[in-house]
Amino acid sequence: MSTKKLNLKDKYRLLTRDLDWDFSYEDRKDAFPFEEFEGIKITDWDKWEDPFRLTMDAYWKYQAEKEKKLYAIYDAFSQNNGHLNVTDARYVNAIKIFLTAVSPGELAAHSGFAFTGRHMGGIGARIAAQMQSLDELRHIQTQIHAMSHYNKFFDGFDEFSHMHDRVWYISVVKSFFDDARSAGPFEFMVAIGFSFEYVLTNLLFVPFMSGAAYNGDMATVTFGFSAQSDEARHMTLGLEIIKFLLEQHEDNVPIVQKWIDKWLWRGYRILTVVAMMMDYMLPQKVMSWKEAWELYFEQAGGALFKDLERYGIKMPDYTDLIKAEKEHLSHQAWWTFYTNSQATAFHTWIPSNQELDWLSEKYPETFDKYYRPRWEMAKEMADKGERYYNEGLPQLCQTCQIPMIYTDVQNDPRDIVYRSTKYQGERFHFCSDQCQHIFENEPEKYVHSWLPVHQIFQGNCGGPGGLEKVMDYYKLDVGKANMDYVGSPDEERWKTWKGVA
Amino acid sequence: MSKVLIAFQDNDEARYIVQAIEEDNPEATVYFEPAMIRIENEGSLTINKATVEERMGCEWEVQSIHVNLLTLTGHIDEDDDYFTVHWDN
Repeated sequence: MSTKKLNLKDKYRLLTRDLDWDFSYEDRKDAFPFEEFEGIKITDWDKWEDPFRLTMDAYWKYQAEKEKKLYAIYDAFSQNNGHLNVTDARYVNAIKIFLTAVSPGELAAHSGFAFTGRHMGGIGARIAAQMQSLDELRHIQTQIHAMSHYNKFFDGFDEFSHMHDRVWYISVVKSFFDDARSAGPFEFMVAIGFSFEYVLTNLLFVPFMSGAAYNGDMATVTFGFSAQSDEARHMTLGLEIIKFLLEQHEDNVPIVQKWIDKWLWRGYRILTVVAMMMDYMLPQKVMSWKEAWELYFEQAGGALFKDLERYGIKMPDYTDLIKAEKEHLSHQAWWTFYTNSQATAFHTWIPSNQELDWLSEKYPETFDKYYRPRWEMAKEMADKGERYYNEGLPQLCQTCQIPMIYTDVQNDPRDIVYRSTKYQGERFHFCSDQCQHIFENEPEKYVHSWLPVHQIFQGNCGGPGGLEKVMDYYKLDVGKANMDYVGSPDEERWKTWKGVA
Repeated sequence: MSKVLIAFQDNDEARYIVQAIEEDNPEATVYFEPAMIRIENEGSLTINKATVEERMGCEWEVQSIHVNLLTLTGHIDEDDDYFTVHWDN
């Protein structure tokens, strides 16, 4: 018997393709009941390619190696009081957002890929989706583990799981993944595998994590980069699914285009919060949101869409709009959270003069004109003891669930964009033409949305009795885990540890 | 030609991989950013097992690239002795 080592291609063929079987006494359609209803036509699953040719044995080997490195660093981080090494305790609020709003999305992605992996008829695609499902589970576990150290020293981390199903801004991420997971397997793959993983997650896991490292957060950069080493594989899966669907049948092209148009927009809207984390929450700046967007979306995504042109796929027609919004996104988001931070699970602050100067430099077209005066006014009011909080509840977009904060950046950036449409006698509101179109394509889906503000008014969030009841329902410790960083228990502890109290 | 991109964690292993990339892709541009190294090139980037092994002074499996890889763009072509990302337009 030969003991010659198999090469990569043979090993992949034997350990992936050869594991599949034919259906002799059962109808194949009963085994894969969701394969056809979306209108996608698959003629030959054998055309599926995994360019990494990763088999399960190699997968476990490299994942184990990543985990060993990761946990060695976690140990070192917590044994050495790693939280004391961050540049400033304000920064920790960015990772409170990460734990409450991003990490639960990893779990949703885990469940989505488990479902999708089960329901795609081709073995190559099933194995790749299975690996990604396992990765996503690893991501939420390692993220919770990393942040458990911060939870010992800072407020706002402990109820992330409870908050996920309730809190207003967290519903944005929850509804995004719920939307994807309640779609069919191919739409899910285009939504999460392609639009989110290939085109958008780099923005969170590469420049933001590099920023976390620059700000001394050893735990976060470590889980972030460890997760991102899986993402490189996820991106490849996302690109493969697109190429595969487009090559299988020309009828797939318009369906895929419609999904790309929908999901790039949905994913892009979610990144609003990442824009704010980069521009406002990193005490030491690495790269502005705008710069990161230009590199990872405009350059990298541009190359991708140029490549997909040969299939008849084009960049969504809102490309000019998102190009213009990069000058505004982070500023509008931080202002929204600053003025509503009595109802968030993290602290906000007015940027320092040095930070305002940095923003002016990075956003010469917009910051001084539209946003700097607002911060100067906020500071003036706060200095007089009149710190401004928005006491009303915002109108939410029926599709993305984000408050109507976006302005008409292509015409007059001072005007809020309001869109609405009627469906079955009821009026529904939207933050943009894109969110309105998404609703109009599937109104029966979005009329069911659980919109936090509507639920509060209906008395479903702790019952009638004002915002205090709502905060109890959220398990939000008002004044401790939120509002201004200045004067918070977090700040007080930080000053004591640093000997500047 | 569109640009391809590969990024690695900035660590001892990845530094040898990056040196090998620089040797085999002299046109590539390398950016050192906090905790990471980003490499860009027009059209394509190739990592050769032989060059990495020469730099590291030990055996290196191409698939172990996953351990330190952060992100990439382009189509992938991988085999036992090389790893390439490329755009064809």
